[in-house]
Amino acid sequence: MSQSMQSWQVLTFDLDGETFALEAGLVREVLDIAPETAVPGAAPFVGAVINFRGRIIPLADLRLAFGLSRGETTLNSRIVVIEYDLGGEPTLIGVRADKVHEVTVIEGAEAEEPPRVGLRWRSDFVRRLARRGGDLIVLPDLEQIFTTRGGASGAVVPLPQTA
Amino acid sequence: MIGGDPTATFRLEAQDLLVQIEEGLLDLSRRPGDRSLIDAVFRGLHTLKGSGAMFGFDALAAFTHHCESAFDKVRKGQAEASADLIAAVLAAQDHMRALAEGREASDAVGQALLERLHQAVEGGGGEPAEPAAPAAPAKSAWIVRFRLPPSALVNGARPLALLDELRELGECTVTALTDGVPPLADLVPTECHLAWEVRLKTEQPRSAIEDVFIFLIDDMTLSIEPELQADAQPQLAAEPAVEAKAEAPPPLAEAKAARVAETVRVPAERLDELMDRVGELVIAQSRLKQIATASTELNLRAVSEEIERLAAELRDTMLVVRMVPISQMFGRFRRLIHDLGRETGKAIEFVTEGESTELDKTVIERLADPLVHLIRNAADHGLEAPEDRVAAGKPETGRITLAARQAGGDVIITISDDGRGVNRARVRAKAEEAGLVAPGATLTDADLLQFIFHPGFSTAKAITSLSGRGVGMDVVKRTIESLRGSIEMTSEADRGSQIALRIPLTLAIIDGLLVRVAGDRYVIPLAAVEECVELSVEQDLRSTGRSLLTLRDRLVPFIRLRELFNTGTPPDPHQKVVVVSTGAERVGLVVDQILGDHQTVIKSLSAFHADVETFSGATILGDGGVALILDMAHLVAAGQHRDAQMRAAG
Repeated sequence: MSQSMQSWQVLTFDLDGETFALEAGLVREVLDIAPETAVPGAAPFVGAVINFRGRIIPLADLRLAFGLSRGETTLNSRIVVIEYDLGGEPTLIGVRADKVHEVTVIEGAEAEEPPRVGLRWRSDFVRRLARRGGDLIVLPDLEQIFTTRGGASGAVVPLPQTA
Repeated sequence: MIGGDPTATFRLEAQDLLVQIEEGLLDLSRRPGDRSLIDAVFRGLHTLKGSGAMFGFDALAAFTHHCESAFDKVRKGQAEASADLIAAVLAAQDHMRALAEGREASDAVGQALLERLHQAVEGGGGEPAEPAAPAAPAKSAWIVRFRLPPSALVNGARPLALLDELRELGECTVTALTDGVPPLADLVPTECHLAWEVRLKTEQPRSAIEDVFIFLIDDMTLSIEPELQADAQPQLAAEPAVEAKAEAPPPLAEAKAARVAETVRVPAERLDELMDRVGELVIAQSRLKQIATASTELNLRAVSEEIERLAAELRDTMLVVRMVPISQMFGRFRRLIHDLGRETGKAIEFVTEGESTELDKTVIERLADPLVHLIRNAADHGLEAPEDRVAAGKPETGRITLAARQAGGDVIITISDDGRGVNRARVRAKAEEAGLVAPGATLTDADLLQFIFHPGFSTAKAITSLSGRGVGMDVVKRTIESLRGSIEMTSEADRGSQIALRIPLTLAIIDGLLVRVAGDRYVIPLAAVEECVELSVEQDLRSTGRSLLTLRDRLVPFIRLRELFNTGTPPDPHQKVVVVSTGAERVGLVVDQILGDHQTVIKSLSAFHADVETFSGATILGDGGVALILDMAHLVAAGQHRDAQMRAAG
């Protein structure tokens, strides 16, 4: 019972047709698409950095963690800047979004633990699933996703080897 | 003393004093009998005792008192400043440091130290100290008058303690002078209104009386006069305060006061904040410059140029503010050498050169540990035992030289010894044993010496308490590389070894060369750039598969950054090669375009990118874009590695 009483204030956004939600408390700012700089050799999940008010912050792409396809950048594309504790250091991180919806409250009664089987995604990447109307809102488990860099195997590109 | 935590203030002061004492002691060990040094150490101890008592560090004050008394004997010529005594006081001084920092320090340790000190003093005094000390100087009579500032009591001064100290000097008659006490209605109970007149008969010189007031002298009025035979009645009211002040201050206090006025202690993080702001200003300024250059508005251009000049000056000033002379750190090592000499039983002469060379304060802090390790190594592994040295026809005393000098944007620090040098055969055997190199493989001397920096590598036959655990040289190397520096070792059998550290002056802002590879821009630290050449079509074709470039009859391996970064697009027709080097090794970086120089404010990358070794950081460009900064140490190592592979493949 006590679990279902819990509720989350979240910011919802779309990625490849799915709806995701980030806890509103983490969100610092929503930005229009900014010019980004690729970091060769970095894990594809955090393959770029952007200039956020004079600070250089990593840009994370949750689509790669959930095996979604990377769509075209549209007028609706945004970057959600969150502040997250990364290895004990509060870090600003940009998260890509195809479209940002709204700040809303997910009631505990709407949310459920992700099922162990039958899910398209790694269940440890999902903290909660919420049903609203016919839609499904995914609350990703950022801790798990960030520590595994979106599930990428430490994709440091080695120097090209010559035969 | 006013404002802030007085305890913290005392600790800072105590730290300075202890450093002064330590330096004095170490100098004294080389020039025993130097009066001014003995006096300086004594005064340091005395001040420490006094301030300690004033701020309630009673254990420290009590302990220091004993050291002071011991040293007083030296000062009076009753004991000799022997090596034993100096070692004993140095050891005692560590205990004082512990007490001053409020660390756990056991009384037993203190007692043992005092015992040792006592023995050292007695031992030194055993032989008749030169007849220089004239038997019991005649007693002289003094009239000492002093008045403390009204705020003295609030600030923790204790007149009673001062009077007690005067009493220790000799027979005293104390009179309180109450003429400064206001009517009761106006009396502020926390202020000090009394003055004192003390008639003192003592064998001690005038300086001993002055020493009593040593840490109040700046604020108080003090007069010390020989008591006249006529016993003229003193009139304090008529005593002009100014004259007293001019007469009294001992030179040390004066010099100290002057120094305090010139320097300001600033918390390090405030400097860092300021540096950040300057960094942002430099970025904003380069954006302004870009807008101004595109504009036809002459006024805008003029202002932009003005701001560019100011920003550059501000940046330079800021960098200078963060610079501290390396002598600060070198001083600490003298103590280390002293201890090492005693531990290993080797006679070591420590020579420092270029102490005035300046480095960014953060860099200095991070250099301390690696240097301690290198010096330990030199003393422990490098120098031979005295008898071996004599047998090899060398002077008995080994020499370790620590030198610093500036070379362009770098500071080069060398640690050299005149010891036995690195035993190549042993290094080789060790490397083969660890599977680092195939038995019988040909290696250059430089390659062989590189193994010393390999993790877990130690050639010491016996593990000593000092070094030889094989943890260290790799850590040293990593620390130096994290400072964007490099490390090189040369060694000659029986002549000694030398380790050279090349460290950039500052960590915060560098001059960079901005280049373009495919659609992205990158910064190459300008200090590492040797030259830029065009990659001719023939070379481009010929080099496929063999990435080597002939440059003035020398082969230079090169890396195509397009391949390294997997850009996937065809390269520009006219590619450029930027030849970079760290020390003796060179490597060419093939880029699409060279954009020019750029004032680079270094920003670190987040934890997400900590494992990407190719980049040491990133910077923001004038148009708001981001450029990654290439890590030279990593790229050069990669280039050399490839070169070696290709040579091996024939």
